[in-house]
Amino acid sequence: MKRILILVLILLLVTNVKAAMLLNGAGATFPYPLYARWFYDFEKISGIKVNYQPIGSGAGIQQIQAGTVDFGASDSPLPGKDQQASNLIMIPSVAGGIAIVYNIPGVGKGLKLSREVIADIFLGKIKTWDDPKITSLNPNMKIPKINITVVRRSDGSGTTDIFTHFLSLVSPEWKEKVGAGTSVNWITGIGGRGNMGVAGYIKNIVGTIGYLELTYAVQNNLPYAMVKNKAGNFVYPEIPNIEAALENFPVQKDFYVYPIDAKGKDSYPISGYTFLLIRKNQGNLEKAKALISLVNWIYKEGDKTAKDLYYVPLPQKVKSMALERLKELNYQGKPIH
Amino acid sequence: MRIGDRIFKILAVFSSLIIVGLVIGLFIELLVTSIPSIKKFGIKFIIDTVWDPVAEKFGALPAIYGTLVTSLISLLISFPISIGIAIFLSELSPPFFRRTLSFIIELLGAVPSLIYGMWGLFTLSPLIQLKVGPFLQNILGFLPFFQGYPTGVGYLNAGVVLSIMIIPTISSLSREVFMAVPMDQREAGYALGMTKWEVIRKVVLGNAKSGIFAAGILGLGRALGEAVAVTMVIGNFYNISVSLFSPGVTITSVIINEFVEAVGGLKISALIELALILFIITFFVMGFARYYILRRIENK
Repeated sequence: MKRILILVLILLLVTNVKAAMLLNGAGATFPYPLYARWFYDFEKISGIKVNYQPIGSGAGIQQIQAGTVDFGASDSPLPGKDQQASNLIMIPSVAGGIAIVYNIPGVGKGLKLSREVIADIFLGKIKTWDDPKITSLNPNMKIPKINITVVRRSDGSGTTDIFTHFLSLVSPEWKEKVGAGTSVNWITGIGGRGNMGVAGYIKNIVGTIGYLELTYAVQNNLPYAMVKNKAGNFVYPEIPNIEAALENFPVQKDFYVYPIDAKGKDSYPISGYTFLLIRKNQGNLEKAKALISLVNWIYKEGDKTAKDLYYVPLPQKVKSMALERLKELNYQGKPIH
Repeated sequence: MRIGDRIFKILAVFSSLIIVGLVIGLFIELLVTSIPSIKKFGIKFIIDTVWDPVAEKFGALPAIYGTLVTSLISLLISFPISIGIAIFLSELSPPFFRRTLSFIIELLGAVPSLIYGMWGLFTLSPLIQLKVGPFLQNILGFLPFFQGYPTGVGYLNAGVVLSIMIIPTISSLSREVFMAVPMDQREAGYALGMTKWEVIRKVVLGNAKSGIFAAGILGLGRALGEAVAVTMVIGNFYNISVSLFSPGVTITSVIINEFVEAVGGLKISALIELALILFIITFFVMGFARYYILRRIENK
């Protein structure tokens, strides 16, 4: 008996030593599949374990403000003054595109949609798929006369935030009637819960149109539209086009930015960053160093995994700006190196 | 009394007090947390029809309406079926079959609600959109309940899914009530020359009236509070529509959808007030049913 006890004690000691460093994070659900892969890979090379809870962007912001996690994550950016007020810095980790997906019998990938048409559909003004406003953009497609059913997120979501910012930008009527936010007062349509809920509705209900993070559109094999960009070209929500948009869209130091309707001939007009939130004043030097090495590793080694999972890596200039911001972290008033 | 008995008694009393305390505590917590919303909107919260998180305007009527409508549809569908099941089990079925069927019905009650939601979404919604909807519109299209474009999800879909979920509750409770009808009463009926049908209708159903009423109310209680499955098939469109094909919301679906990413004190408070309303509705519905059952037992 005694021997077993001693053995258990020794084992406990050993495992304690091994689990020396643990970072806790919580927040956004959209990047979770990628974060899970990243943090697994990171632990293998650094020994630092990252425990991430996808509890939603809003909750992620609340948790980092309350100080219960080492980093928060959010899909919708926190305004610069709010970062200041809570003594946080916000940096992007990765980006993504939002695809317009649909279920029209006989119509495959590549329906062409202009910004005005998308806004009018979501405003409930275009009611059937064979509306001249849609057919005139797609003279080569045979579009049946069926009703349009708008599908959108019913839960609060960063995807909705980005998409409604896009609609507000391209349609003054949308801006006035509905506005932008993580959840809004929709004029028409049915709401699915989560990206999977929206994908489920679109797969099962004929005549639907909705918006999804590119990852989910690809995984669910749903046809997505080409959207007309600022330069007047119809472009697919594919990684090179989203990269082009990010490349062409200026960012500020606080990263409060919606990279929507970027200029450039290949730029896809609906995309967004997802963010990490970190406290400026770090209470534990070891953890702070681990956090900094995590961000550095993501920027250096994370791009390939991101692309494999249909996320979009950050442009180099955004990465350097973010690393610059990371220098604001301090421990007991002294910068951390 | 021995000391052990005394300790045991204290423990038992304490355990039951925990439950009472929990219910009261829950009510107080809901009330306190919803004060900002109650203060801001007052009684208008119950009659307003807008849910606009951007402008921070919140009204609960579409959610209350959706909750009541879907629950009533489910009761309309499941009540006759459940009574039929219960009559078969208690009066007509051979004993072996009774045991098997009871087991299957209880199994139906133990299936997670998510499964029913998936069935509603994957199987029922295309069926309503392409078959049932156009069919109903052809023969009953003049009624306001069946107008508008059937998207497949909405009040009707949610009502059907809920009805399947509450059949086990209503049918097994009704069966208990039927079995409780004394055998000599049945025999008295036969002695008077009644047919089997007359005995079932006049003796069994007549005796069990208040009991099956209570069973229906308890089923209704379950339908009112169901969340996950309804959220998947209600369509989540914040409006009030007479058409059963129209998408809508329920109290539980709004809470499920909005709570996780809720930012800002007022919105959270409004969501809690919704929960408070559901708490009160369920409390009264259940209280009503209990009162009926109690009266029935006292009358015996």
